[in-house]
Amino acid sequence: MSDSGAAVATLSVRSRGQWLAVVARQRELSLVAIMIVLGGLVTLTAPQFLTVSNLSQVAVLAALIAVAAVGEALVVITRNVDLSVEATMGLVAYCVASLLERHALGTTGAIAFGLGLGLVLGMVNGIVVTVFRVPAIVATLGTLSIFRGIDYLVAGSHQVPLASLPDGFTNPARDSVLGIPIFVLVALGIVVIGSAVLRSTRFGRQLYAVGSNPEAAAILGIPSRLVVFTAFSVCGLLAGVAGVLYVMEFGTINGTSATGLVLAVVAAVVVGGVNIFGGSGTLVGAALGALFLGFIANALILVGLSQFWLQAIYGLVILLAVSADAIIVRRIQRATAARRVR
Amino acid sequence: MKLRSAGRTIALATATVMLFAACTGGGATQAPGGSTAASTAPGGSTAAGGSAAAAGPITVGYLPKDIVNQYFAAAKTGIDKGAAETGSKIIQVGPNEPKADLQVPFIKDLTTQKVNAIIISADGKDEVAPDLKAAMAAGIKVVGFDSSPAVGAYNVFVNQVDFSGVGVNLADWACELAPNCTGDIAILSAAATATNQNAWIDLMKTTLAGDKYKGLKLVDTVYGDDKPDVSTTQAQGLLTKYPNLKVIVAPTTVGILAAAQVVSQAGKAASVKVTGLGFPNDMKKFVKDGTSPVFGLWSVPDLGYLSYQVAAKLVSGEITGKEGETFTVKGLNKDQPYTIGKDSIVILGPAFRFDSTNVDQFNF
Amino acid sequence: MHGPSVAGARSGRSRLGVLARWETLLVVAIAGLVVLGTLLSPFFLTPGNFSNLIAALMEVAIMALPMTLIIVAGEIDLSVESMAGLASSLIGFLWAAGVPLTAAIPLVLVVGALGGLLNGLLVARGRLPSLVVTLGTLALFRGLALIVLGPRGVSNFPPEFTALGFGYVPGTLIPWPFVIFLSLALVLGVVLHRTWIGRQTYAIGRNTGAARYSGVRVIRIRTALFVLSGLIAALAGIILTSRLSSARADAGAGMTLTVVTVVLLGGVNIFGGSGTIPGVALAVIAVAVMQNALRLASVTVEVQSIALGLLLILSVVIPNFAHQAKSAIDRVRGGRPPPADSVRRGEATTG
Repeated sequence: MSDSGAAVATLSVRSRGQWLAVVARQRELSLVAIMIVLGGLVTLTAPQFLTVSNLSQVAVLAALIAVAAVGEALVVITRNVDLSVEATMGLVAYCVASLLERHALGTTGAIAFGLGLGLVLGMVNGIVVTVFRVPAIVATLGTLSIFRGIDYLVAGSHQVPLASLPDGFTNPARDSVLGIPIFVLVALGIVVIGSAVLRSTRFGRQLYAVGSNPEAAAILGIPSRLVVFTAFSVCGLLAGVAGVLYVMEFGTINGTSATGLVLAVVAAVVVGGVNIFGGSGTLVGAALGALFLGFIANALILVGLSQFWLQAIYGLVILLAVSADAIIVRRIQRATAARRVR
Repeated sequence: MKLRSAGRTIALATATVMLFAACTGGGATQAPGGSTAASTAPGGSTAAGGSAAAAGPITVGYLPKDIVNQYFAAAKTGIDKGAAETGSKIIQVGPNEPKADLQVPFIKDLTTQKVNAIIISADGKDEVAPDLKAAMAAGIKVVGFDSSPAVGAYNVFVNQVDFSGVGVNLADWACELAPNCTGDIAILSAAATATNQNAWIDLMKTTLAGDKYKGLKLVDTVYGDDKPDVSTTQAQGLLTKYPNLKVIVAPTTVGILAAAQVVSQAGKAASVKVTGLGFPNDMKKFVKDGTSPVFGLWSVPDLGYLSYQVAAKLVSGEITGKEGETFTVKGLNKDQPYTIGKDSIVILGPAFRFDSTNVDQFNF
Repeated sequence: MHGPSVAGARSGRSRLGVLARWETLLVVAIAGLVVLGTLLSPFFLTPGNFSNLIAALMEVAIMALPMTLIIVAGEIDLSVESMAGLASSLIGFLWAAGVPLTAAIPLVLVVGALGGLLNGLLVARGRLPSLVVTLGTLALFRGLALIVLGPRGVSNFPPEFTALGFGYVPGTLIPWPFVIFLSLALVLGVVLHRTWIGRQTYAIGRNTGAARYSGVRVIRIRTALFVLSGLIAALAGIILTSRLSSARADAGAGMTLTVVTVVLLGGVNIFGGSGTIPGVALAVIAVAVMQNALRLASVTVEVQSIALGLLLILSVVIPNFAHQAKSAIDRVRGGRPPPADSVRRGEATTG
């Protein structure tokens, strides 16, 4: 049974994978198309939309979310979820800002500490899910509360003012290289490296396998728990990066920084085509999803709708994306089942 | 098995009901009935102002809008100074976010702990009222400051500044900073339910209706929730949405700093000015670089000091909060007496204007 | 494979066996917490304090009851806090617009049921994962609340209304919301533990496929559970508005975490198929006592939030270990292989 079973498992995984790759490309293209159309419509009513300063503003904020969304995408691909990313971002942001304020470690040292902290927090999530076997939704709901609590504890009533940060620390949020904002370059870099890893390494293939068909993955001898643990750890690391970027963007940091971002991150991932059932989706999609949502938020403001519509739109977008994903998955299942019969 | 679990529920319910029924002394009010171990409150809390006891050490609960906002940390320095003079104890409690429903549990707890007085800046005037009234019924003195609870839910409200005065000031500063007192202006406020900001904004709008300001157009009011990142995003949104914006008015120390940073970093200090209420230490560099040539505030530590003194005088019975009463606080108001006005309000003093001629002299 | 009814009876008994012990654990924990509370603060045992203790958690407690049934059925509803917020903002909006409360309250409850229906249709009929659907409605309902009421608050409610959330049964210190909670607990307890609806809910949670083949109307029951959850969440929102005498669009933010914690702490298995209402009721009391004791001891809100998160995780970890230990002991003792359905569903997926 093992040989033919493995062969069948691989066959269905690969043809499903091919399907999903096509669909993913379609999703990314549709997002871009919608953005272009939307952009055009908005510019008609609000010409300041198309200015360099506005577009870079949108891109910078989207880049920040995109970095966290890439990490979240890794976790979602394995059929899990990480709801604690905003707390990781907030805690890292505060610690980095505080270290800089006290001139404790120097700029590079503080950033390195922040990244390390993000990694550790991600690993905690990974351990709770893989070692203690707590379902990801419960585990990360719990760590969301715990990490945010630690953030409040550490910060207390203190607030790190922008003036205490080293000169020029907040410049990367506003500077550009060759016309492209630095934040966007950082996000692009992460997406490129991440996509390369997913496409060409064994880890990448294992990630998709664990998410798309855990039983088959187990049969094939993939160390699922290690894969999931790594996904959570990298997600934490990237949330740490986003936390550092947060300090650069906003400057003034206190215990409440970065509250309310988790929906934006999850929505970005879901909109970007990372299937919530696991096993498919691209990092490019997740980043595009972040950009798409940033676009919509900006368009809302410029068109004159109040910011209060944003939450409702996030919700609608998640529901639409999930429904679309489900339809796609079912079509593929029917198609591959038909193929196997033949 | 099923009988056992059902039986357990019934037993549980019965026990709870019996427990409550046993504690019905005192009828329908929420006042903690004369319970035993409770009398550790120093200074005797239940005196309703009859006995004019000398101002001994008291225990005061300090409940700001949130414990992260530096404005309230500055106020606390004044409160601490007052407490140190008499050996009193200050318990600071409060939420991390300026939300009224988060403040309510703290009021309940301070009441249970039988503090002598509560000094509170309310996130929402009506939400905190029922529990404050319950505290007052239990003999605790309630001093509102900065942002008022509803009338009737405090003994005295220490207003940092005359509302209408600030409203006129804000309109005046906007007029001064807009070229020829003409152009679009916008308001960046704190939380949408904040009593004080809303009062200032209402009065500012009334003032703007006057002839002198007819060139100014208020295009938007946005809320930064007293959070630096939300205020920053809102300020950025204003700049994007209104390309002809001339002045951002931010009657909140968190908001004005965020707006000034945004305008300065965007390089728009020449065309967009920022004014409102801010700390001199925060705003000095923005006065110098032209982003915020004029703004105002008052002595926040003095506000705290006055609030403490009012609380102490209420507890000792020296004042009761009735309109017309007067009292003096050494070191404030040039040692002239304060008079309690309508709705039991005491005013600290007029707002103070900061600009390039004087901002360097101050350090808070 | 065992038929669901046989397995149900057998493992049902063993599950209730384990749970009977879990409930005892809770009672012991409550007793311990009460002792701790008395040690930490002299005000703990005052009657006024008991009122505070209970009143603060009642909206969460009320929402935890339908959540129990939903989790037993193998789903989850994250959107409850946002439906409470939507209810609050709707009541505020309607009241400010002059609609009398006698008309507004039923209307808001209907909206709650409709919101639950949306969840139910997407999950039960659309067969979408409830986790993501309710994450989406968590945002959607909150967004609707913000659109309806914006940033303002409505707070001039009449005293008859605020008496509901803030007042007491005349002559006692029992808050009305507690009475509502007890009544609801009794009703849902009977439904879950004594009626065919309850049995089918367990069956759906234990093995959906087998339940469907046995004639259980899976779709109908699932949808009904979500409708109930939405309705009760709206009720909780109304009670919250009454207690604070303030309608806000951000009302109830953060409650979902506490609701899920309370339910899991009550011994309900996150994967579905087991759990009891009395257990959840006990968990409500335990969490209320813990929060109150900590607050009186001036333990900061941050530490409490950490404690709640830890509690949530532990409430899954501990039964896991207990179950594995029990299986191991069984195996050693009887040489019997562990029953097939004692392997937790979903273990393979998360790895």
